[in-house]
Amino acid sequence: MKKDMVDMVFEGLLRIGDDNLILGHRTSEWCGHAPTLEEDLALPNIALDLIGHAQALYSIAIQLKSDYNHEDQLAFLRLEHQYKNLLLVEQENGHFGNTILRLFYFSTYMKYFWEQVSINCFFKKLKEFAEKAFLETSYHSKYSSQWVITLGDGTEESNKKMLEAVSNMEPFIGELFDNDEFADISFKNKFLPKPSSIFKNWEKEVKNVLKKGKLNLPEILLKKNGGRKGEHSEIFGFLLSDLQYMQRAFPNSKW
Amino acid sequence: MNSDTNNSVNEIPLIEEFQKKIDRDEKIEPKDFMPEAYRKTLIRQIGQHAHSEVVGMLPEGNWITRAPTLKRKLSLLAKVQDEAGHGLYLYCAAETLGKSRLEMTEELLSGKAKYSSIFNYPTPTWADIGAIGWLVDGAAIMNQIPLCRCSYGPYARAMIRICKEESFHQRQGYEIMLTLARGTKDQREMAQRALNRWWWPSVMMFGPSDKDSPNTETSVKWKIKRHTNDELREKFIDAIVPQAKKIGLTIPDKDLKWDKKRNNGLGGYAHGKIDWEEFWKVVKGNGPMNNERISSKKKAWDEGLWVRNAARMHASKNQSTVVAAE
Amino acid sequence: MAEEKKDTDLWEVFIQPKNGLSHRHCGSIHASDRNMAILAARNVYARRGEGQSIWVVKSKDIVSSDPNEKAENFSADDKIYRHPTFYDVPDDVGHM
Ligand SMILES: [Fe+2]
Ligand SMILES: [Fe+2]
Repeated sequence: MKKDMVDMVFEGLLRIGDDNLILGHRTSEWCGHAPTLEEDLALPNIALDLIGHAQALYSIAIQLKSDYNHEDQLAFLRLEHQYKNLLLVEQENGHFGNTILRLFYFSTYMKYFWEQVSINCFFKKLKEFAEKAFLETSYHSKYSSQWVITLGDGTEESNKKMLEAVSNMEPFIGELFDNDEFADISFKNKFLPKPSSIFKNWEKEVKNVLKKGKLNLPEILLKKNGGRKGEHSEIFGFLLSDLQYMQRAFPNSKW
Repeated sequence: MNSDTNNSVNEIPLIEEFQKKIDRDEKIEPKDFMPEAYRKTLIRQIGQHAHSEVVGMLPEGNWITRAPTLKRKLSLLAKVQDEAGHGLYLYCAAETLGKSRLEMTEELLSGKAKYSSIFNYPTPTWADIGAIGWLVDGAAIMNQIPLCRCSYGPYARAMIRICKEESFHQRQGYEIMLTLARGTKDQREMAQRALNRWWWPSVMMFGPSDKDSPNTETSVKWKIKRHTNDELREKFIDAIVPQAKKIGLTIPDKDLKWDKKRNNGLGGYAHGKIDWEEFWKVVKGNGPMNNERISSKKKAWDEGLWVRNAARMHASKNQSTVVAAE
Repeated sequence: MAEEKKDTDLWEVFIQPKNGLSHRHCGSIHASDRNMAILAARNVYARRGEGQSIWVVKSKDIVSSDPNEKAENFSADDKIYRHPTFYDVPDDVGHM
């Protein structure tokens, strides 16, 4: 691959890898604190999948650049502005319904994303990985949709909490579908799908599920963005101080 | 069935038959006759065991977001999740004896039910995660393997599944300790300090000394306990001491010494005096983390109430639409 | 906040370990309805890739025989004519 192609692939792998790592991190915070014991197993399952995806993507990425020899360097040793994840995934968990709704939005998006990658991506390693990732994210989407319906439809209180979650999440959804310069280039080069091209399928499916949960999808506009450029929320620094604590406190050690 | 603890006269032949069945190593199943005291002892034992699994998620769960590498993060997360599964299997086993999970949960949160005191100690460093896996899961496995053959069918089956899953827990803990012990000076010291913190509480995990453990005899007769506390404790110490030596860590017991007369001449370790006062202090609720553990569980449970209510309500609404459509 | 008086239903979980084999009982879970029950069964009992199909059934819907009637239900062990070795066939007939 030519250098500009390598840079493009590397950037793409970081974006998806970081989304998965950071949402996996947030999801893992639930372990031991879920509303039922069954959910105490369900949420870590999902966190394991997400962090596992990040690990796989980083390990593809480091093979492209000689300055890295381990995926942990990408996961733990970058500075805040070098993480390229969406703002959506770094937000605090909030209540269970909030966490679930975010997972539903994200995994439904990723389901269509991985499907496209598994069909169209020129980069073989990612194309192959996409098949497995597609199956796992499809399950996440199914699992979370069931809870969105249950909580939206359940009681007056739970419906209110879900309305709250819908409006909490609203400003962050636009970024999912934002075609920036990188998105255009990577689409032209048959690397990744255009984010905006996923919107139609996503919207249809999300609206359908929300409706069953007596909820409505607000109009999606690009409101808050910056994650893809490394401009993060204030809260992200706290997340990194947890994530990176050991690697920063004991540099150059084996674990 | 008689709900009295005292067995009525016409139950005597049933009780004899029950004991014969156990003596023949047959399993007792939920609908079989069982003396009320057997049922109660089992509910208490399985309940405590289940509570220990779920409270046990907390000290290690603390470190999931801070685990030093992706590999360690994934295995810790999988391990802590396994413990949730263990709690779940055990609650289900207790449920076959007529006690609901809701009741058991409420007893845990109100402080009425006990759980293993070991989880009332804090995990200030990453090395504590290694020490817990190595020592606490190690001790748990010693306790649990004999229970795979216990007389109550659902409990034995849950234990078989649990022991299978446990197989990687102790290994991941020991591997963490080994890596630290071979690491930098800071890492070695961290590992030794964690061993110092967890050694005695782990030794105490097997419960009071046999002479102070009045329930043992009946439990052994009923095969819901197969070895005494001291037997298991000694087996544990004999297994762990050489493992510590191997990685250059020191067991914090200056009276520990090899005694070739033990175990019918096979040899074994004699250990120093156990501080039972400390043990009872923690059991009674005055350990370093008793309040934090329960209040953290209670917070999660209370904050989950709206979710559980919603699930029940959604189900009952659907139920009525299903019925209406039929 | 509302008080919680009732547990959700208990469900029994059966997993088919491999194509062609029967579903085997592997444990129980709590769930509010059938959709949740299937999800919970998968999350709890198929974490290590075990199995390829899941059944769940409410525990209270299972009808079981009375343990006291074990003797009358399972007294067929004297019916030796149900076993192949009961019948004499010449050796040179081959495997039958
Ligand atoms: Fe366990
Ligand atoms: Fe364990």
